[in-house]
Amino acid sequence: MLKLQNVSFSYQNMPVLRQLSLNLASGDRIAIMGPSGRGKTTLLHLMAGLYTPQEGTVEGVPSQGVAMVFQENRLLPWLTLEQNVLLPVPEKKLEARRLLERLGLSGWEDRYPGELSGGMARRGAIARALLFDSPLVLMDEPFQGLDEKTRAAAAEVVLDYTRNRALAAVVHDPSEVKLLEAMVFDLTSQDDLCSVPKAGIPFDEK
Amino acid sequence: MRASITLAEPGKRKTPLPSRVMAAAFWLLVWQGAYWAVGKDLILVSPLTCLERLLALMVRPDFWGIVAGSLGRILAGFFLGLVLGILIAAATARWQFLYPLFSLPMNIIRATPVASFAILALLFLSGPGFSIFIAFLMVLPLVWSNVHEGLTHLDPQLLEMARVFRLPRSAVLKQIIFPSTLPYLLSAVRVGLGFCWKAGVAGEVIAIPANAIGTQLYNAKVYLETGDLFAWTAVIILLSMALEQCAVWLLDRGAKRLHLQKEGKGC
Repeated sequence: MLKLQNVSFSYQNMPVLRQLSLNLASGDRIAIMGPSGRGKTTLLHLMAGLYTPQEGTVEGVPSQGVAMVFQENRLLPWLTLEQNVLLPVPEKKLEARRLLERLGLSGWEDRYPGELSGGMARRGAIARALLFDSPLVLMDEPFQGLDEKTRAAAAEVVLDYTRNRALAAVVHDPSEVKLLEAMVFDLTSQDDLCSVPKAGIPFDEK
Repeated sequence: MRASITLAEPGKRKTPLPSRVMAAAFWLLVWQGAYWAVGKDLILVSPLTCLERLLALMVRPDFWGIVAGSLGRILAGFFLGLVLGILIAAATARWQFLYPLFSLPMNIIRATPVASFAILALLFLSGPGFSIFIAFLMVLPLVWSNVHEGLTHLDPQLLEMARVFRLPRSAVLKQIIFPSTLPYLLSAVRVGLGFCWKAGVAGEVIAIPANAIGTQLYNAKVYLETGDLFAWTAVIILLSMALEQCAVWLLDRGAKRLHLQKEGKGC
């Protein structure tokens, strides 16, 4: 579905990604890992079609849009939690309620982002992405600010909603790789051509 | 992300009512003292005479027609400036090459004294159109600069989010652009209303249209009716305060409706 071929990306003269290749098919899950500044977020932005690579190609970005959880929540402060979740899919009101309930946000639907805790707003951003119909789900540190129990519950919901979709998530904590049942896509060394899932290493085998 | 736009709550630091009454009483006493010192009704009337004349004017059959005439014309100029200011701001924010083209005349309009415009405008405008034009000129650059500022300070992260989720253009306009720009627009409305009201009345004094407060001010001056001059000035002040209150109410209501006063801690 999504195909990155020999992609290189630099910020001004600072190369961040070099000759990177990646195939992501429906049902694939990858956990993008690597030290800070290695281009994890940049890679997600390339996959979302927000950035254009200086070299190489990105093919298969869904035309209907990408379900994305950004590093920041990017909720509209003047809309309630439910309105934010429904923003890209206004017709899914019933499903939004169910999803918010599963994420432990029942009773908070009519609150504004400014009235929510950081963890609640984060789950709101996750709900908005999961509710959006796109075969590609991208998440940048989706569980930041969530405690262990909430993280596990949220990961379970993410798994349920991404069974038949391609998922790429930037994570820092190896335990999150396990929670997402994902293959690791490590950006620590980018010299080799990478391909997922072929070149991906399941977390348990690492 | 934090809610990037916050509005100062109007009236939050309101002076307590007793203090305001005391201040008003003090200045009325100063006025009365000045009246006693001058001792000539032709130059300075007492607060009581001013009130008497005001009450007498209010029962005059043409009073409300005059007030409505001035309000109508000045508000027409205000809304004309508001609409055109928004349209030009949308164009200059969308197409950057238009910015220098419009910023030059806008800055000239802003820097030019009302009297210069009034005298120039008298050459081709007369009567009611004159004060509409003056009010329009006062509010146009203000609305343009504020709305342009708002449109060029849209949160790029929210726009990026809208792009990723392929939000329709109408949704971006309604849910992101409009709420983000509204505080800038409301601030222009608040300042612009009082501003164009005073300039509009000044324009009426020069153009002397029928059914206008400015014309009444001019007549009072010509016929040395100092009591009427003070009473009409009081009408202008009261209407200016009422317009200001309307603008504050609008501002408050708009901000509350959009929850712009809340500092987002988790968004």
